[in-house]
Amino acid sequence: MKQIFAILSGLVFGFGLIISGMSDPAKVLNFLDLFGTWDPSLAFVMGGAIAVTAPGFFWLTRQRSQPFFHTRFHIPTRTDVDPKLLSGAAIFGVGWGLGGFCPGPALTALPIGASGTLIFVPFMLVGMWLARNTPDFGRSKQQGAPS
Amino acid sequence: METEFTPWLSLGGGMLIGASAVLLMATNGRIAGISGLTSSIFASSTKGEARGVSALFVLGLLLAAPIWMLVSGSWPQQWVPSSPLLMTVAGLLVGFGATYGNGCTSGHGVCGISRGSARSILATITFMATAFLTVLVARHIIGG
Repeated sequence: MKQIFAILSGLVFGFGLIISGMSDPAKVLNFLDLFGTWDPSLAFVMGGAIAVTAPGFFWLTRQRSQPFFHTRFHIPTRTDVDPKLLSGAAIFGVGWGLGGFCPGPALTALPIGASGTLIFVPFMLVGMWLARNTPDFGRSKQQGAPS
Repeated sequence: METEFTPWLSLGGGMLIGASAVLLMATNGRIAGISGLTSSIFASSTKGEARGVSALFVLGLLLAAPIWMLVSGSWPQQWVPSSPLLMTVAGLLVGFGATYGNGCTSGHGVCGISRGSARSILATITFMATAFLTVLVARHIIGG
């Protein structure tokens, strides 16, 4: 049962990305282009998503001690703001602004088969692999955070 | 290139994304963060059960556009930058940055902000800022 819901969740997420326009890099890049052909649509995507997720998570974790088909909620517990978090986010933002894809839309758009997507996704996976195998430099040196 | 302002479709699509995040948490207890789920599939530290959930979620994501095509008769409308060098660099930066920073638009931007996580709020402000700056530089300073 949990497997079916895992696929279903991914499917609903993908439809959400397609309907919202988030899987179209042209719309993403225009959202990020405040001083050019600005398209504010994507603010509505994030607004709509948070408007459902925030009360949903709140209700779930209040009402239930565990998920329906699993033993516990895997919710991040860290509260420290470290250089790794901010430098990673800064690097991600640059890539997002260059290609107009973040990970979800890129995977959703992959079967459409645009040449740019077919290049982006494999290199995104390489980047993910590299990050998983990169030590946390900030832990020992306490530097590297973007200003 | 201009794109059409689509507040209602974007709001509705966003709400579907939220519904997906709540559904995954309710059934599997996992955060619907795409970079985390995707990179956990090939991380050696991932336990078998978590890897299975991640792989199935990503499979669902990959099936969305083909099902859309079968039902509607056409692929979703999109325009993707085609420069191989640009997309290589963009892919590497997105994959590395999102994973190194523990999350992307979905994990930090949607799920994290919804939990009121200070880490996620700061990460989202940071990647939004560098993304806006990147487009500003690429389109108006270099490309001007």
